[in-house]
Amino acid sequence: MYDFAYHKPTSVADAVKILSADPDARPISGGQTLLPALKHRLNKPTAVVDLSGIAELKGVKRQGDKLVIGALTKHMDVANSPEVQAAIPALAQLASGIGDIQVRNRGTIGGSVANNDPAADYPAAVLALDATVVTDKRRIAADDFFQGMFTTALEPGELLIAVEFPIPEKAGYAKMRNPASRYVMAGAFVAKTKSGIRVVINGAGPGVFRQADMEKALTANWSADSVGAVKQSADGLNGDIHGSAEYRAHLVTVMAKRAVTAAG
Amino acid sequence: MNAVTPFEGIGASVKRKEDLRFLSGRGQYTDDINRPGQAYAYILRSPHAHARIVVLDTAAAAAMPGVVAIYTGADTAALGSIPCGWQIHNKDGSPMAEPRHPMLAEGKVRHVGDQVAVVIAESRGQAKDAAEAIQVEYEVLPAAATMAAAQAPGAAAIHDGVAGNLCYDWHIGDKAVNDAAFAAAAKVVEFETTNNRLIANAMEPRAAIGEFDSTSGDYTLYTTSQNPHVIRLLMGAFVLQIPESKLRVVAPDVGGGFGSKIYHYAEEAIVTWAAGKLGRPVKWTCERTESFMSDAHGRDHVTKCALALDANGKFLGLRVHTEANMGAYLSTFAPCVPTYLYATLLAGVYTTPTIYCEVKAVFTNTVPVDAYRGAGRPEATYLLERLVDIAAAETGIDRVEIRRRNFIPTDAFPYQTPVALQYDSGDYTATLDAALAASDWAGFEARRQAAAAKGKLRGIGCSTYLEACGIAPSAVVGSLGARAGLYEVGTIRVHPTGSVTVLTGAHSHGQGHETTFAQLVADRLGVPVAQVDVVHGDTAKVPFGMGTYGSRSLAVGGSAMVKAMDKIIAKGKKIAAHLMEASVEDIEFDRGTFRVAGTDRTKALAEISLAAYVPHNYPIEEIEPGLEETAFYDPKNFTYPGGCHIAEVEIDPDTGHVTVMKFTAVDDVGRVINPMIVEGQVQGGVAQGIGQALLEAAVYDSDGQLLSGSMMDYCLPRAEDLPPVGVATHTTLCTHNPLGVKGCGEVGAIGSPPAVMNAVVDALKGYGVRHVEMPATPQKIWGIIHAGQRLAAE
Repeated sequence: MYDFAYHKPTSVADAVKILSADPDARPISGGQTLLPALKHRLNKPTAVVDLSGIAELKGVKRQGDKLVIGALTKHMDVANSPEVQAAIPALAQLASGIGDIQVRNRGTIGGSVANNDPAADYPAAVLALDATVVTDKRRIAADDFFQGMFTTALEPGELLIAVEFPIPEKAGYAKMRNPASRYVMAGAFVAKTKSGIRVVINGAGPGVFRQADMEKALTANWSADSVGAVKQSADGLNGDIHGSAEYRAHLVTVMAKRAVTAAG
Repeated sequence: MNAVTPFEGIGASVKRKEDLRFLSGRGQYTDDINRPGQAYAYILRSPHAHARIVVLDTAAAAAMPGVVAIYTGADTAALGSIPCGWQIHNKDGSPMAEPRHPMLAEGKVRHVGDQVAVVIAESRGQAKDAAEAIQVEYEVLPAAATMAAAQAPGAAAIHDGVAGNLCYDWHIGDKAVNDAAFAAAAKVVEFETTNNRLIANAMEPRAAIGEFDSTSGDYTLYTTSQNPHVIRLLMGAFVLQIPESKLRVVAPDVGGGFGSKIYHYAEEAIVTWAAGKLGRPVKWTCERTESFMSDAHGRDHVTKCALALDANGKFLGLRVHTEANMGAYLSTFAPCVPTYLYATLLAGVYTTPTIYCEVKAVFTNTVPVDAYRGAGRPEATYLLERLVDIAAAETGIDRVEIRRRNFIPTDAFPYQTPVALQYDSGDYTATLDAALAASDWAGFEARRQAAAAKGKLRGIGCSTYLEACGIAPSAVVGSLGARAGLYEVGTIRVHPTGSVTVLTGAHSHGQGHETTFAQLVADRLGVPVAQVDVVHGDTAKVPFGMGTYGSRSLAVGGSAMVKAMDKIIAKGKKIAAHLMEASVEDIEFDRGTFRVAGTDRTKALAEISLAAYVPHNYPIEEIEPGLEETAFYDPKNFTYPGGCHIAEVEIDPDTGHVTVMKFTAVDDVGRVINPMIVEGQVQGGVAQGIGQALLEAAVYDSDGQLLSGSMMDYCLPRAEDLPPVGVATHTTLCTHNPLGVKGCGEVGAIGSPPAVMNAVVDALKGYGVRHVEMPATPQKIWGIIHAGQRLAAE
């Protein structure tokens, strides 16, 4: 990797100060994306701001009818959290299936959501559960947050603090992994929320997206067969050596069915 | 000295001595070694598959901080070519095309990853920084990423003077006899397939440190090698012209090889040569991404074949046409893999009376291809065992029954095949029956129905395979084009107080030699395993050796040790006779004790060794002091392990995902020294075989870019991809080596891919599937099912 300055602030305010002063500084939480990029010399930040010293960013809290998960909470801690398991078991299950055990013990929800890798798991849950992304400056609705491949509503220097998940009536998640990378090749997160039924597809397209036809079908009839009758168009989906757009389109329906079955 | 326990000799599952240091992080790998004053090398590699180097300007880079030196092909052009160790001859008797393989590119690059320049700096980071400052201008040439592209009319020549990018056009067998068999056949089954290209991905990437002592003129190379003496020979004699006496090669602990660390690589020569130029040690450590584009790849055959049968399903003849990808340059053993390690195996376990095989080896703009666990034999076995299953389906004969009808019977040994080999022993019916029983083959239909009730497609498949190990009499391989002998060397050093050091040319990089070889000594000399140290991997310590590959270490290296122990025993008898005032003919030896026959007069081995080193009362006129013997063992034949593998799979028709539910291996590896180690070797091989069948593929795009160039896209098997692997052995002894051993390192990778693929095709039989190519990825299986469903709907 190239040389960079290293900072380890202990408060959000200090972190934001460093990041705002230097547009080429990069925050690092679990480092599951940034570190490999640094090691391959694909990224040349002037400074790396290590967020791991900021205690206020860690942990899961139940606040009334929502769960608030700090940005620095590791996948393993979400998976094992009794609050998450009780309130949104699909979210705990999702966290328990990210990457491998090493990734789950390093990677964080904030890092995953802010990075918005199209093949990541968390963005599907955030969007499907109609969550709110809390930053140091504002609150952003999930529908406004994800803006396509590796792109979010976050401004330069803006730091993701927490994600607030309203507790749904029911939710389920299913995915097909890329056989090599084990990232999501096609996944579906379905949820019955206060704002209605939401179906979000990840892995298959250039970013997470809501599947309107599936939402309609499930609103009319919440069942695996109902969503299974909806075909996903291959137009605009990703294709690579592991899965063509057509294969991914097929998997979207299969995973949506499985997600509904999992949700119950 | 303690009496040896019976549990340490041949047949005992002694725990691996070497695992204490491996599991406690105290292994000493090449990258763990740091020499005083060392500098770091970084290799600038080609981003293009085929290009002329128009400008290569290192001036700016040379001025970067910490840079010690930068070398390009202009600096190394006078040095030798990276040599090839095997010469194949064409059908017309002319030798194969053998273009120069430079240490550093000389005006042209031929694959992505080809070495363009080496930067040597005070730190690895500085070397990388400087490499980025090297100005290279390429004139990109049309690339041939596939053999078809390389052989297309008008394809760009990868090497000057190599017409049609053809390395050789070779054949074996009598074509006229073969044609006649096909003409007389009741049924001919044809089959075309590709054996997928693989990347070994040893856990430890390659590394090398070169060192030069200007006072003595001695060079030392530390390297991740399976065969340090071979590297000394190839690099010293052919590339750098350093005499053996001035070149020490050390291969310390090596973290896996699977063939990919047999070969002499350019980086070894670069660091050794540069250390001499600079007068300081130079270290190079490969990164994983670099491994993908610089370690030799494996397999990559495209084959058309046909099997002729009579009306009863007896095989009458086999005809095979294979194209084998050599990559951009000839790696050390590349030419022999698709010929003498492949075509000679095409009889398998069957009595096929005539076999004709022609092989074209083709240069492409890809990483060189060479032996990978199994080397030629997995390709032959896959072809044959898929072909037999297809023949069974198309003749309506049960796939187990058709195999039984064609097995070489147990009373036919020694059995001469039509493709040069003579098998010494085997019992293919016994291994088949044992595997059928262990896998509950007969009960499969119920499991298929139970799976169907859950919406899953279940299939079962077997392969009855044979392979050849312990290559082979030096005179024979020499006549076939090998440029080296293929014996092995063992030294037994009995120390004055009776402990033993074994020096062996068979390097251990995961195989457990330090344990297995110690057991041989425990068994024959009666010395406890704890008092036997096995030394390997250093040309300054071990007299000579040819290394570890082709499952040869025990059959060839172990046999050398037995010969050396026999010399020890013979000398010990003379000493014992002297000490006990008896005639040598009356001395018996058994597990550590010399006895005057028929008496209770004995001497322990430690008493004999003490006398040998403190020769106060010693037959000094007759024999020399000391108790150390060296033996070279040249094998009389290959060994022929074989057996039966059975795989059971379930396919999720919604996703196309294949799960191996159960795997049964019954192997005949000859006499088993350590059953636990054999089980581990078979399981490891099966893991790699399942990897080839379902997961792994090195994929290039049409421009010669490696799409599967990292773990993100190259799918190695993980624990969750693998079923419980039941391993059993059924032994017939090798008849021509003193231990009766055959070899177990590769059987897993050889027998398993066709067993898995036969099971996959069996699971899909409702869709009218004749064949599925490896790897059977979810996408591929879904495509087949989807096409079948579409067909049914139309």
